[in-house]
Amino acid sequence: MSKYYVTIGLEMHCEGSQTNSKVFSPAINGYSDLANSNVVAIDMGFPGILPVVNKEAVRQAIMMASVLHARIPEYMYFERKNYYYPDLPKGYQLTQNPPEECVGNGGYIDIEREDGTTFRVDIDNLHLEEDAAQMEHLYDTSIINYNRAGVPLFELVTTPCLHSADDAVAFLEYVRAIYQYCNISEADSKKGQVRCDVNISISEDDKKLGTKVEIKNVNSFSGVRDAINYEIKRQSSLKDQGRYEEVVQETRRWDEESGTTITMRSKADALDYKYFVEPNIPKYKIDPKWIEDIQNNIPELPYERKEKYLNELGLSSYDATILIKDKSISDYFEECLKLGIDAKEATNWITVNIVGYMNKNDLSLSEIFLTPNMLKFILDNINNGTISSKQAKEVFFKVLEEKKEPSNYISKENAQISDENELENIIDTILLNNPNQIEQYKSGKTNLFDFFVGQVMKETRGKANPIITKELLHKKLD
Amino acid sequence: MMNKSIEELHELLKNKKITSKELIDESLKLSHEVQDKYNAFVTILDNAKEVEVTDNLLSGIPFGVKDNYSTKGVLSTGSSNTLKDYIPFFDATAYENLVNAGAIMVNKTAMDEFGMGGTGTTCHTGIVRNPWDPTRMCAGSSAGSACAVAAGVYPYATGSDTGDSIRKPAAYCGIVGYKPTYGMISRYGLFAFASSLDHLGVLTRSVKDAAIVVDNMKGIDKRDMTSWDSSNINLTNSLTGNTNGKKLCYIKELCNINNYPNASDELKKHLCNFMDKIKLIKDNGILVEEVSVDQTLLNAIASTYVIISCAEATSNMSNLTGLSFGPRGEGNNYIDVIKDHRTKGFSPLIKRRFVIGSYVLQKENQERYFKNAQRVRRLLVDEWKKLFEKYDAVILPVGTGVAKKLDGDADMLSEGTTALEEHLQVGNFGGFPSITIPDGFIDGLPVALNITGNCYDDANVLNIAYKIESLMDYKNQIAKEVK
Repeated sequence: MSKYYVTIGLEMHCEGSQTNSKVFSPAINGYSDLANSNVVAIDMGFPGILPVVNKEAVRQAIMMASVLHARIPEYMYFERKNYYYPDLPKGYQLTQNPPEECVGNGGYIDIEREDGTTFRVDIDNLHLEEDAAQMEHLYDTSIINYNRAGVPLFELVTTPCLHSADDAVAFLEYVRAIYQYCNISEADSKKGQVRCDVNISISEDDKKLGTKVEIKNVNSFSGVRDAINYEIKRQSSLKDQGRYEEVVQETRRWDEESGTTITMRSKADALDYKYFVEPNIPKYKIDPKWIEDIQNNIPELPYERKEKYLNELGLSSYDATILIKDKSISDYFEECLKLGIDAKEATNWITVNIVGYMNKNDLSLSEIFLTPNMLKFILDNINNGTISSKQAKEVFFKVLEEKKEPSNYISKENAQISDENELENIIDTILLNNPNQIEQYKSGKTNLFDFFVGQVMKETRGKANPIITKELLHKKLD
Repeated sequence: MMNKSIEELHELLKNKKITSKELIDESLKLSHEVQDKYNAFVTILDNAKEVEVTDNLLSGIPFGVKDNYSTKGVLSTGSSNTLKDYIPFFDATAYENLVNAGAIMVNKTAMDEFGMGGTGTTCHTGIVRNPWDPTRMCAGSSAGSACAVAAGVYPYATGSDTGDSIRKPAAYCGIVGYKPTYGMISRYGLFAFASSLDHLGVLTRSVKDAAIVVDNMKGIDKRDMTSWDSSNINLTNSLTGNTNGKKLCYIKELCNINNYPNASDELKKHLCNFMDKIKLIKDNGILVEEVSVDQTLLNAIASTYVIISCAEATSNMSNLTGLSFGPRGEGNNYIDVIKDHRTKGFSPLIKRRFVIGSYVLQKENQERYFKNAQRVRRLLVDEWKKLFEKYDAVILPVGTGVAKKLDGDADMLSEGTTALEEHLQVGNFGGFPSITIPDGFIDGLPVALNITGNCYDDANVLNIAYKIESLMDYKNQIAKEVK
């Protein structure tokens, strides 16, 4: 930890993935493997094109602003941010500016830390804008994919109110969950749907902010954590050495490979974006009834679900946090409950096995073959004694690996032996072959009981029903 | 045949006195003659195909399209080298509407590069000459359209108007130029110059033809958020010629000859002719009154226009990088490639305007120039709206006289005439319906007056223009070269 007072502000860009069309054009808003396929003339800035605002994107922005307790303006309009770059075909980006005119102005959100304490993040603004095209820079050439050009982009700007990398990441994770819960975006970093800029400064005390350094285009939350920690170390070290003047107001880039930040441009080179009102979109009044309607239809948010899990289902805070973090996991869990799986049982399977498997293999839930119905099928087979929990786990991983229905792995041959007569025969044979151990057990070495259980399991290659086995052994030995 | 009105041609077509094919052939032949003499076109469509004649007045009749309209499969350059080989893959809505009406495009007309100019001399294909006097300009930017309609190539050609780009060339060429209320015609597919000022419209030889054409161009368009539903307006049917109780006004500061010390003979004749026409209008039962508008406000029109139009233009034309369309520039990085494309592609006049536009938008200048210009725009619009509370329309002379000489005697302009020269721009500031009609001749060259009314009041404005046109002798005139 730095001995200095750290101040962090975040800009979180989240691509909206849940509209049919782009934010100002009728092109499909969707992921495509084929470059430049979801494109119309508007996205490429051909002469004569005009923007048309996507009402659904505005609805989503208003919903997000509401969740953030932000003020929603009376009128909606957009501004042009002018600059030249090959990924910006019109030569300007349609966005919102200044903060008081954005779809969300001010606001706050309370975030829970892992240790159960909470902190408040103040929002400067939330604005709706269009994404640029995607560029890939090859050795001696660059290629442009316009599929992304014009995709709705929600940019959330916090005030400089955060003080640690952990808090910053906790905030980002929670906001990402909100985007998912509100069905605005899958908010998948792997698809590049979430990108962050970080503003960071250090100072002797909390009265005066130090020199602000901006780190651009950090594309994962672990990157945000590492970039912040690196930057704190870099700035602190310079300050320690009495070289704080070398920390200048500038824009830096997070370089994932080297794990460092690298100067991009200084404040003096900052671009003048020459903002002005987009004349092709008439300023229009947002119907207060519509806003009310949107606000009345905000879906259940992650913390609300967490509350429910704690109070109604009696889950631990730790488990509930894991479940709500990703909407797809929480939805999976709730699907399990609907199928009648016990809440704690479902929690264990999901938090330990499914999430563990996802993390280990870097998968998202949509890539997991095992559905809640399949999980239910496996658990039913434990409960009716067809398989043991150990076998259930084997079936579980086979389903995941081989992507086949669990019924393929639960059959007569490997079914659990619950037939008392059959087990009794096996037990009798074992007892006959181990007279010494019986002697010792009877003279008080009761922990030898497990030895007998083990022998039965060995004989049946684990298929013996453990409960019946134990019952029978007690009957014979005691 | 092509000197006839739309209704006359339609009758002939309907009665099979003439075929659409014959009209096209004649129009194409005239196009080539006009091209040789006046250089009015970027493209002549020799393979234009006839269509079935329907009950639509425009069906089967040839027309011209300004080259800043996006026309699918047909070269559309905006008269700029930056788009010298650009063939669009989509149609401008207004053009599409005309084609759906059965109209037949026979050429694309030359213009000042991207509409940024008032002379018709900055087209990448060269100067457009005035058919009344080839040593003079047509004015611009719809120079080719004005030239061709005046020369009788067809009854109408489309135009666009950001400052006065339909109404000024119409005046210099002795024809009618009409831009309706902002948003009545969709701008989708029009190469943007200054979006908040850009209007589409038409150049014709009569008010009725203008009404017929705009009736077919207009309509709400889901691709243009600034367009509005005008389905309850039928301009053609509104031309009753009944102007009982109509009131017009003219602005003293612009029309009074005493306001111009050292006025040229031409200016004197122009204003005198205008006042004669005012008298004629009054004599025919329309009330016309003189009003006064603050001279300072009038003097601010031109600079307000320059600031707003240049600012929007510099942003609108940032898409012209030569990266995804247009000739690719040379260079080792994207900045050099874009620079090379734009350096080679744009004329010096446009570059000057980009510099102005960029300057007034800069953070440190925006308040002083761009924001103030918007405030003055608001003041001017409010001033005109105040006039519209009392009057149906404002009637004013167009410019300071006849078409100007190409060899540049700009310094012979009379003193203090800027406001008179540029007042049509207020029509763009407010998005007002505005129509220019010829009102006389000075030494064999046409001059004009303009009628501008309140937004959405197009039918009324056109009907007044229709009435005034009928009081004079300049309807359907074809240019005759003066000696």
